[in-house]
Amino acid sequence: MKQLENAIETNELTRRFNGLVAVDRLSISVERGEVFGLLEPNGAGKTTTISMLCTILKPTSGRATVNGFDIVKQDTQVRKSIGIVFQDPSIDDRLTGRENLYMHANLYGVPPGEQKSRIDGVLKLVELEDRANDLLRTYSGGMRRRLEIARGLIHYPKVLFLDEPTIGLDPQTREHIWSYIEELRKAHDITMVLTTHYMEEADRLSDRIAIMDYGKIVASGTPSGLKETLEGDVITVKTKDADRLSSMLAGTAGILRVNVVNDRLEVTVRGGRALLPKIMETATKSGVFVEPLSLREPNLEDVFLHYTGRAIRPEGGDELHGLAAIRRRRIK
Amino acid sequence: MTEIRGIYTLWLREIKRYLRDRARIISSFVQPLLWLLIFGSGIRFSGTTIGNLTYQQYIFPGIIGQTLLFTSMFMGISVIWDREFGFLKEILVAPISRFSVFLGKMLGDSTDAVIQGIIVFALGVFLGIPLNPLTFLEALPVMILMTFGLVGIGLTVASFIDSLESFGVIQSFINLPLFFLSGALFPIRGDVPNWLQIASSFNPLTYGIDALRTIILGNAWQPLHPMYFNLLVVCCFDVVMMTIGTYAFSRRK
Repeated sequence: MKQLENAIETNELTRRFNGLVAVDRLSISVERGEVFGLLEPNGAGKTTTISMLCTILKPTSGRATVNGFDIVKQDTQVRKSIGIVFQDPSIDDRLTGRENLYMHANLYGVPPGEQKSRIDGVLKLVELEDRANDLLRTYSGGMRRRLEIARGLIHYPKVLFLDEPTIGLDPQTREHIWSYIEELRKAHDITMVLTTHYMEEADRLSDRIAIMDYGKIVASGTPSGLKETLEGDVITVKTKDADRLSSMLAGTAGILRVNVVNDRLEVTVRGGRALLPKIMETATKSGVFVEPLSLREPNLEDVFLHYTGRAIRPEGGDELHGLAAIRRRRIK
Repeated sequence: MTEIRGIYTLWLREIKRYLRDRARIISSFVQPLLWLLIFGSGIRFSGTTIGNLTYQQYIFPGIIGQTLLFTSMFMGISVIWDREFGFLKEILVAPISRFSVFLGKMLGDSTDAVIQGIIVFALGVFLGIPLNPLTFLEALPVMILMTFGLVGIGLTVASFIDSLESFGVIQSFINLPLFFLSGALFPIRGDVPNWLQIASSFNPLTYGIDALRTIILGNAWQPLHPMYFNLLVVCCFDVVMMTIGTYAFSRRK
């Protein structure tokens, strides 16, 4: 029976902080074996949701089950079923990589006879075997992250939570971690819940995506399904006079939407290429200087912009290193 | 079984961290040494003797108690540190009970604090305190019992406090009254004002230090309370602090 249930089921799950609603009557189901992406522009909703599902926070109201266990009444069983890669670093930097993993194995009740082989296995998976006996404080940010992912897997969790797994990492490391996650999914049948600020990451890894805004789900579906809900193509216009050009283009036949994102316009059009000269012409006529235009199919970023009216912006997109990175991400 | 391994692994972590922190081990005996050597000599040669004891002999058990107290309270920082660096989350989502989490941490921190106490004990040999191995074997269990409760205070206080800075302030609010009211530096009897005697009778450290003094100074010291009574008070203090500490660790926001 248990196997047939969804990995995660929430029913009107709500959490308030002093009157502020971080999660508002959230009802989602995550099927076994799928990677479920949770996106939100800037807010506490997704991390709060994960914290509740991991039994760190109590819900204000509503119910949820993880691996068939109630998050409030059966919190110990929930904890046994899950692995978590926290948004904030959560490893002991005065211990070695291997010591951190042994500690985790003991805390999660991995039988002593199996600990060594499992630890060697996960270390191999994240390619940290040769650094395993070094103190964590000598690791780079990306290596720490990989160790945290390895740690989340030692006790063979049914559900793995990845809360911003690649935040603050450089593109190369990010790419590395993505391929680990994809590998894992193929090799083990793990359900994953992923939160991220990076649209590219969500698009690449998720089977299904839910977009949250002000604590509510505003859209959900497969990445391609969500993109298909947006009609037309997107023309990007780079200009210093984005606002002025935007008001002039609004209402033009064939233009569905115009969004201003920093110093560029995202113009959603029906009819694609045909509208390019039209936009150039309008700009030239009114003396607005534009850089060469580009046309593309809608991506997840457009979906996001469409449903929330805001561009997603990684709060911690800038690279931070060492103590600064750790301190910035202290537990709230 | 899972619980016991969980406790063991948390204990081991505290020990490893402590043993790798050489600066802490070295600095640990500097402060007691200053008290014994400078403060102790100063008062002693100003003509103060307590009964048949030199002042240094008198305060020696008190300084051991002080070391246990200060170190134990300082251990609370490890909770704040763990929270600051995110490690506390990893422990709190583990499938072991909060009692085990508290116990593992308490046992680990207590071991560290008792090691500090033993270092100070060893200093006594150089300061001409008459000590023998038997004294040590008798004093050790008392030191351990005292430490459990004191570490409990440190961990409990730390679990209610968010920042290192405020913990530092609160720590000295707790440390100094407990230290001064424990009889560590002067005997709390005879002409000592009543209010001071009453206040110190509420201080668990008073009983622990009295027990240590009885063991270390032998016949030269007239105990405030019988040994069994001292130990009983210290044990009750341990139980109370463990209960409060477990509660403090179990709070879920």
